[in-house]
Amino acid sequence: MNWRHKDLLEISQLDPDEIAHIFETAARFAEVNQRPIKKVPILKGKSVVLFFAEASTRTKTSFDMAGKRLSADTFSLTKSGSSLQKGESLKDTALTLQAMNPDAIVIRHWDSGAARFLAERLDCSIINAGDGWHAHPTQALLDGFTLHQVWGSFAGKTVCILGDVAHSRVARSDVELLTMLGARVRICAPRTLLPAMVQTWPVEVFSDVAKACEGVDAVICLRLQLERQQAGLLPDLREYACTYGLSPRHLEKAKADVKIMHPGPMNRGLEIASELADCGASLVLDQVASGVAVRMTLLHLYLTRARISA
Amino acid sequence: MAHVDFFIRNVSWQDRTCDLLIGEGRVLELAEAGTVAAPQGASGTEIFDAAGLTLLPSLIDAHVHLREPGQEYKEDIASGLSAAAGGGFGQVMAMANTSPVNDNASVTRFMLQKAAESFAHGPWVRPVGALTVGLLGKELAAAGELARAGCVALSNDGLPVENTELFRRAMEYAADFGLKVIDHCEDPWLGKGGVMNEGEVSSRLGLKGIPTVSEAMQVARDILLASYLDLPIHLAHISCRQSVELIAGAKERGVKVTAETCPHYLLWDESRVEGYDTSVRVNPPLRTRDDVLALRQAVRTGVIDILVTDHAPHAAHEKEVTFADAPSGISGLDTALSLTYELVRSGELEFADISRLWCWNTAAIFGLPANRMQPGDPADFVLFDPDLAWVATAGALLSKGKNTPCLDKEIPGRVMAHFLGGRAVFSRLEAITLKRP
Ligand SMILES: [Zn+2]
Repeated sequence: MNWRHKDLLEISQLDPDEIAHIFETAARFAEVNQRPIKKVPILKGKSVVLFFAEASTRTKTSFDMAGKRLSADTFSLTKSGSSLQKGESLKDTALTLQAMNPDAIVIRHWDSGAARFLAERLDCSIINAGDGWHAHPTQALLDGFTLHQVWGSFAGKTVCILGDVAHSRVARSDVELLTMLGARVRICAPRTLLPAMVQTWPVEVFSDVAKACEGVDAVICLRLQLERQQAGLLPDLREYACTYGLSPRHLEKAKADVKIMHPGPMNRGLEIASELADCGASLVLDQVASGVAVRMTLLHLYLTRARISA
Repeated sequence: MAHVDFFIRNVSWQDRTCDLLIGEGRVLELAEAGTVAAPQGASGTEIFDAAGLTLLPSLIDAHVHLREPGQEYKEDIASGLSAAAGGGFGQVMAMANTSPVNDNASVTRFMLQKAAESFAHGPWVRPVGALTVGLLGKELAAAGELARAGCVALSNDGLPVENTELFRRAMEYAADFGLKVIDHCEDPWLGKGGVMNEGEVSSRLGLKGIPTVSEAMQVARDILLASYLDLPIHLAHISCRQSVELIAGAKERGVKVTAETCPHYLLWDESRVEGYDTSVRVNPPLRTRDDVLALRQAVRTGVIDILVTDHAPHAAHEKEVTFADAPSGISGLDTALSLTYELVRSGELEFADISRLWCWNTAAIFGLPANRMQPGDPADFVLFDPDLAWVATAGALLSKGKNTPCLDKEIPGRVMAHFLGGRAVFSRLEAITLKRP
């Protein structure tokens, strides 16, 4: 069986076997990343455009490093400060990129559906690096891989996603991935930051952080966008930090070996207590390392449509 | 009897086969086929055998956007009227959100003049004046001047008036000139910036939602005002069950409220947004299956009085963007009758409902002339072939706006000829020639 996908737009395109394969391959690349010479020639001669219409230093750097470690040429394109005029339509940007004939475009865009918009129009592989509030599949895969490295299996595990779920593409993709792999998922947020019709999601919903953390194996904190307060969705940030910021008291009834994650960048003291970010239970830096290995795997699979070894 | 100019034989009218006699631009008689003697040998009488075709009164669309003046690349009055002619619409009520806004007589006159230049014998533009100057919701527009210039109603469509006191005064002032106020019901805050129905699908797709309560809230406000002032109000493009329930209750209490919806709210639900298809981005948005069912029932039972297209043509490049970036609107004049007929075919509506929902009720609400097939009525009618399906390709659509979810899809039933004042303003039949200056 060859890798059957041209594009990675959202987690629901993948099946559990494919995700297992991604994790296996990522484990091997994680090992490559520990070597003194961290470069392999798999994607020599391939070109990858990093098109980040919305700023994101860490995801872009992670993809850039992943591409370079596989010997691909990576080209960066940001909406501002590039040859692409401000106000140019996404379609024209897409056609411009197509004309350069890259093998893949990694896209980050503020509009939900932007990655699909490119995928429907271009022949090269499109990797969604975050579109609006919709999806961030590579983040979900690296979160899943990080936990997989620790747990080996998701059976019987419970994960709580804490924070602004309504506006979070990470949350949407994490929920899809974790439930597909067999974990139970809880979400916890003030009502104003829960998605509409959340009862149709395959999750348990909480508003009390301590209750949401009872018996959980991991907590994924989400980044809070500070403008949510101006939008009238929150009283003030101190109120949020005191009520919904993850602190050690919330974890008293969690599993003893509970893991703490955060997609970064963290607002320390707001959505997560600083001591938790740095404690032994924190996987925050493991997530960053996993990110490079997972993205190497994805570039490898999508650019070569390689055979999946059983 | 007056001279018979046109003798249309064997046309299907409300499940009967009839003959239609036209003279001097008016209906002379509509009678069971064969019961009226053909005007033997009379000179100048055209005879047409319409066997297999269905007769409908020429339709009236109370809610279109013609884009001229200001955005002629999307549509102009000539292209909009040719879509109307081909779609079976003899009169179209053109909303005021042109540029400049139709808030004064010179814009109204310009629109009427453009229409007369391109279609001297109809279809007719019936301008809807702005309710407030520049549609800004700050000052009342000159309703008297607009009425005298030819406006048939007033509306701030698209930009609901936030100031309730001003809206009340607008209703009162418009009433002095016999102009009905048409309100686009949308709370200015709830769902602001939303792009689709708020619910399960919007949450999954990560798109900002507009809740149904945003519409229903304003429907309730308008009903309370209409009741308090004892003045009529017409509610535009109703999209959800909550609004329907409010309107039904108000009608029972005798409030002078009338309402419209569009074929797209009767046919499609929010699931059509999956895949981020911008051709289904409309305001109000497509709602849930439950809302669709409530609207179908409301249309059948008369809680919703009329159908309109909310014809909103856009250029192709404007819709070829992400869903959040796309302008709202479906181009509707070309396909409305086929989509309505789809509801007839599936048993949701009866054929007779088409005349009621697309013509007679509309004429009654806005005081427009209409053909009720009685002797002396204007000979405004459509010959419709219910058995002919067609593919709505870009080339087949006469509007400049190709932005419809029907694009390149097969839809049932086709307008074969359209007569206004006894003249053919549109024809796909060889035997019927266009009579245009
Ligand atoms: Zn409107």
